[in-house]
Amino acid sequence: MTQAQLAQGHAPLLAVRDVSVVFGGIVALNGVSFDMHQGQILGLIGPNGAGKTTLFNCLSRLYQPSSGDILMEGVSILSRPPHKIAEIGIGRTFQNVALFPNLSVMDNVRVGTHARTSSDIISDSLKLAWIRRTEASVNKKVHDILAYLDLEDVAHSIVSGLPFGTQKRVELARALAADPKILLLDEPAGGLNHEEVYVLGDLVRKIRDERRITVLLVEHHMGMVMSTADHVVALNFGRKLAEGTPAQVQADPDVIKAYLGSKDQ
Amino acid sequence: MSAAEEVVTEAPAVEAVPKRAMTLGYGTSLVVLAALILTPLFVKNFIIFQMTMLLIYGLAVLALNILTGGSGQFSLGQSAFYAIGAYTTAILMEHFNVNYALTLPVAGVICFAAGFLFGQPALRLSGVYLALATFALATAMPQLLKLGFFEHWTGGVQGLVVTKPDAPFGLPLSQDMWLYYFTLAITIGIYIASVNLLRSRSGRAFMAIRDNEIAASAMGVDVSLYKTLAFGVSAGITGVAGGLGAIAVQFVAPDGYTITLAISLFLGMVVGGVGWLPGSIVGSAFIIFVPNIAEGISKGLSGAVFGVLLFLVIFLVPHGARQVALIAQQLAAKLKKN
Repeated sequence: MTQAQLAQGHAPLLAVRDVSVVFGGIVALNGVSFDMHQGQILGLIGPNGAGKTTLFNCLSRLYQPSSGDILMEGVSILSRPPHKIAEIGIGRTFQNVALFPNLSVMDNVRVGTHARTSSDIISDSLKLAWIRRTEASVNKKVHDILAYLDLEDVAHSIVSGLPFGTQKRVELARALAADPKILLLDEPAGGLNHEEVYVLGDLVRKIRDERRITVLLVEHHMGMVMSTADHVVALNFGRKLAEGTPAQVQADPDVIKAYLGSKDQ
Repeated sequence: MSAAEEVVTEAPAVEAVPKRAMTLGYGTSLVVLAALILTPLFVKNFIIFQMTMLLIYGLAVLALNILTGGSGQFSLGQSAFYAIGAYTTAILMEHFNVNYALTLPVAGVICFAAGFLFGQPALRLSGVYLALATFALATAMPQLLKLGFFEHWTGGVQGLVVTKPDAPFGLPLSQDMWLYYFTLAITIGIYIASVNLLRSRSGRAFMAIRDNEIAASAMGVDVSLYKTLAFGVSAGITGVAGGLGAIAVQFVAPDGYTITLAISLFLGMVVGGVGWLPGSIVGSAFIIFVPNIAEGISKGLSGAVFGVLLFLVIFLVPHGARQVALIAQQLAAKLKKN
């Protein structure tokens, strides 16, 4: 148990309660429950088709669970449309990167501040004084985040031309710009080479430690999950298979069976 | 593949210009501005009238550019908003004796509302389907204007004659010249406001939606709201252009606002460079002057000549005036080095 968890008196930041998702006749998720505590890095693992991405999409409100509930700081998020998730402190990155390809790195990260700022088209068109003040603070914040993630050199480059690894960092910067309490990372290691994966793992830990952001890491790169997460939930065929520390989950016979197959098969 | 991934891998419908390149440099802007201010002093009234129309269509192309280049939505229905603006101005001036300058904001607001409302059902459509829905709007508009029910106000098939305003405060300007400078002032104002808008939080939201709707929504952008706002802004500016057009032409009639106008504006946007606001004026010049040039080359085959000229533009400079501007910039940089 981490110290942050003790300080919070065990009240989970995010609680997944009995969530089931049914597509037609296929049960993609079947009564999955787990808690996420402040300051935790929770790894969600499982073989292909285990329901990781389905659960992820429930959290980011792209899918509506058939039953069960998801609570953020004790309040259900299920009545919120997808664009009202950022403002309660849930940020995300995408599998295979989903940036705004024609915008510069700075503008991508500026869009990240959308949920934390306000404006209207008339004030924006007239560039009123309060708009200029907001823009100045947005620019300062964006510069800080770019410096933090070592992206200053490419600040004005168009993102579509950048290497994949850099694009992943831009996506992380964009998510951080919204001041999230929880960061949902969807297969961040995908497409990265061995070394990059561990650099990314260190970065995720650094973000958690320095910015006090709770992280949900959905990943099937076992090495990264085991070295980065402090708590692991394993899914298979839409059910929770095991939960515990990385070492416990790694040693769980059901998890080993799910990944490697059992002797009698 | 999840819904999210599909959107992620799909190429954006509109290839966009980097935002910094969306405007001209200060030097170039001043040269263009000086040319626009000084030229009317040395030319005949008919040319001044054509320059007024150049600015008016330029505004309409700019409006489409905000919608398509900014938010990534297509429209072949801009002629409908142009018509609503034109009729608003004409009816207010002729039936209610409202000052011409005051009719323009009204036209803008009414068209903003019309665009915003039209944007609601259009939210469910994208790409070619959206283009078709707006096409339907453009086809329906002239007939709606001819309806007997509205005839008392619209003048039906006959249309309405609009009085051309005199220069105010006893300024020694001809009607045409006054109207030109009046239009120029409005055009500059709207251009600056549009540049501001596209560079702001709202403009970034438009472009985020254009590039990736799911990611935009995850960042807190209300996709439906900003898509309809883009429609509203675009329609509003088109409405002001329509109002100015009514005053300049001194006449509104249903058949002046057919789908041909909408297609011309679309053409103007492509020729000017999608998403490049200064290109709007170049696109406008293309749709006003090139048909005349084509007629000068061959009276009988002017349509075919226009087609050939259009082909040439598409093949030689597919990104329109924006591409020409970039090439010119590179050449200038090279010359400086030597």
